[in-house]
Amino acid sequence: MTAAFLTGADTRTEVPLKRRLKQAERARQIKALALVLPLLLFLLFTFAGPIAGMLWRSVDDREVRQALPQTVVALASWDGKDLPDEKAYAALASDILAARTSGTIAIAAKRLNYALNGFRTILTSTARNLKAMPEPGTAKEALGKINLAWRERTTWTTIKDASGPMTGFYLLAALDLTRNVDGAIVAAPPDQAIYRNVFARTFIISLSVTALCLILGFPVAYLLATLPPGRSNLLMIFVLLPFWTSLLVRTCAWIVLLQSKGVVNDSLHWLGIIDEPLRLIYNRFGVCVAMTHVLLPFMILPLYSSMKAISPAYMRAAASLGAPPVTAFLRIYLPQTLPGIGAGSLLVFILALGYYITPALVGGAADQMISYFIALYTTETANWGLASALGAVLLLATLLLALVYGKLVHGQQVTGGMKN
Amino acid sequence: MSDSPSLRTPSQRIAWTATIVISALVFIFLIAPILAIMPLSFSSGSYLTYPLPGLSLRWYDDFINSPRWMTSLKNSMIIGVASTLLSMVLGTLAALGLAQWKSRFKPLVLAFVLSPVVVPGVITAVGLYFFFAPIGLTGSYLGLILAHTALATPFVVITVGATLQSFDTNLARAAASLGASPLYAFRRVILPLILPGLASGALFAFATSFDEVVIVLFMAGPEQRTLPREMFSGIRENISPTITAAAVILTTVSVILLATLEGLRRRNERLKGSSA
Repeated sequence: MTAAFLTGADTRTEVPLKRRLKQAERARQIKALALVLPLLLFLLFTFAGPIAGMLWRSVDDREVRQALPQTVVALASWDGKDLPDEKAYAALASDILAARTSGTIAIAAKRLNYALNGFRTILTSTARNLKAMPEPGTAKEALGKINLAWRERTTWTTIKDASGPMTGFYLLAALDLTRNVDGAIVAAPPDQAIYRNVFARTFIISLSVTALCLILGFPVAYLLATLPPGRSNLLMIFVLLPFWTSLLVRTCAWIVLLQSKGVVNDSLHWLGIIDEPLRLIYNRFGVCVAMTHVLLPFMILPLYSSMKAISPAYMRAAASLGAPPVTAFLRIYLPQTLPGIGAGSLLVFILALGYYITPALVGGAADQMISYFIALYTTETANWGLASALGAVLLLATLLLALVYGKLVHGQQVTGGMKN
Repeated sequence: MSDSPSLRTPSQRIAWTATIVISALVFIFLIAPILAIMPLSFSSGSYLTYPLPGLSLRWYDDFINSPRWMTSLKNSMIIGVASTLLSMVLGTLAALGLAQWKSRFKPLVLAFVLSPVVVPGVITAVGLYFFFAPIGLTGSYLGLILAHTALATPFVVITVGATLQSFDTNLARAAASLGASPLYAFRRVILPLILPGLASGALFAFATSFDEVVIVLFMAGPEQRTLPREMFSGIRENISPTITAAAVILTTVSVILLATLEGLRRRNERLKGSSA
């Protein structure tokens, strides 16, 4: 109606105009989406797809199914309370004979060995000693003779648990949990329970680094936000230069500085403070120092932008109303910096959680974070299920924190926490 | 210190002085390691200690004459430039689209586009390793270029997007009303105006690729080792002064990038100031 009123046209043109506008708008929206589409498809292929594939691997469990198909079928109806029946033994014997020549038995043995230490030996020794298919009705006895393990229920529950096609085994293992012989979820045996420790360590290191960054970054951000622009721009170089310097250069620099014959130890010795060189690197101290150095700019920049937005009039008002400086700072200034503190801390914490390079280079064996184990299981031991499960846990933690971060900086510029 | 915020009481003055002292120490903490490593690359000795026994360029000579280092530098340039170009095209298109797109799904799409920055490098690397190996993209330049592009594009979307926010869409409309085709309007009106944003996006993209090491660790074959990858193994084995020379070269590249970016920012501010 407004359009008709404004143009003074008769009401007959109203509907087509509205529709035309709507059509034009829709065309514009489609065009806009078409511009975003190439990137979305690209990221689907180079980022989302690969990560989805990794998540899939954390529950994928088909090795045993492929190597021992008849056994898996025979065990499907087994209740797991006693030893399985003769049929299952015969199926296993037939599967082993069939799979012996192909490589599948070794792959299945590797998978079963993750769940039950020594399973590889059980399977390979059976494969080696089983000359021919046992007479009908004697498979149970024959297999039991070759390896005593076939007379134990755990051996069979392990196969049943691993018969796939999907499993919670790796995800449980990543949290130091396992299924016992009766299928209940219980704590993993102590020699395999290491990941909660690793997660705790990752968490503690990230938290310490975040705290250090906040303590060191707050005064700097305050100074930069308070000084006149000319000076603060100049001092900003001190924050931006390290930010832009290669991570490896900075890590390398810390090794040069902190090693036993390094600059710091030499200076302390020269000053007469120490007689023996201190161990400053390849330990937790070195990791925290180097990571704080790397991540400090990520704290200073969001803090700076939140402080820059605080009008000095508030502090003057507080002072004029008789608030002592400490009170004014704590009651007026600090609360207004909280969004910046939150954003900076979350950003640093998120980045620290996933750190790999710095701890790998300056940490000792007891300082490796979760990323190290993900890399280790991927490239060294090829336990891809476990690598993926650990990755899934890390990804979940990161995404949850990123969600909080997104809510926190919502409304602020997206660039606030990024480079620039 | 005279230009400090209105200081009335002694306690305020003490607090301000403390801020300055602590900040100075933090600045030293931030800069000193980078500065400390530089002179060592000019040392004539083979130990990474001060005082320097003498000055020499032998480690730079070593770097330039080592096929290993030079190949890695070349690889870093090839992969960096290629992924910058690719991420510029994808990122700029997406930023232009996102600026016009109105939908309640937009925050979700934006979050997805930016997520490669947040997701830990190891996770992306492991995923790519599993995903690219069966299709022959591990141990190839193409695989690394694609992976680096995924990491770099969010920065292009952010910087170009930020420039578009201050872009007056009426200008595009004016161009259209004067008969310019969309492509012509983009080339003659929009592009020149968002060029600073594009340039800083390109710098970010290049810097991201040039500094990336986790994905290279997982995906590169011996042929595709980049400069950071070479440094990683160098640091792991035994830090030789040649690594410090490489570090100085890398730092010089970052300083050039940073200076260019700062120049762009200043120019932008000047333009904004003059138009206001």
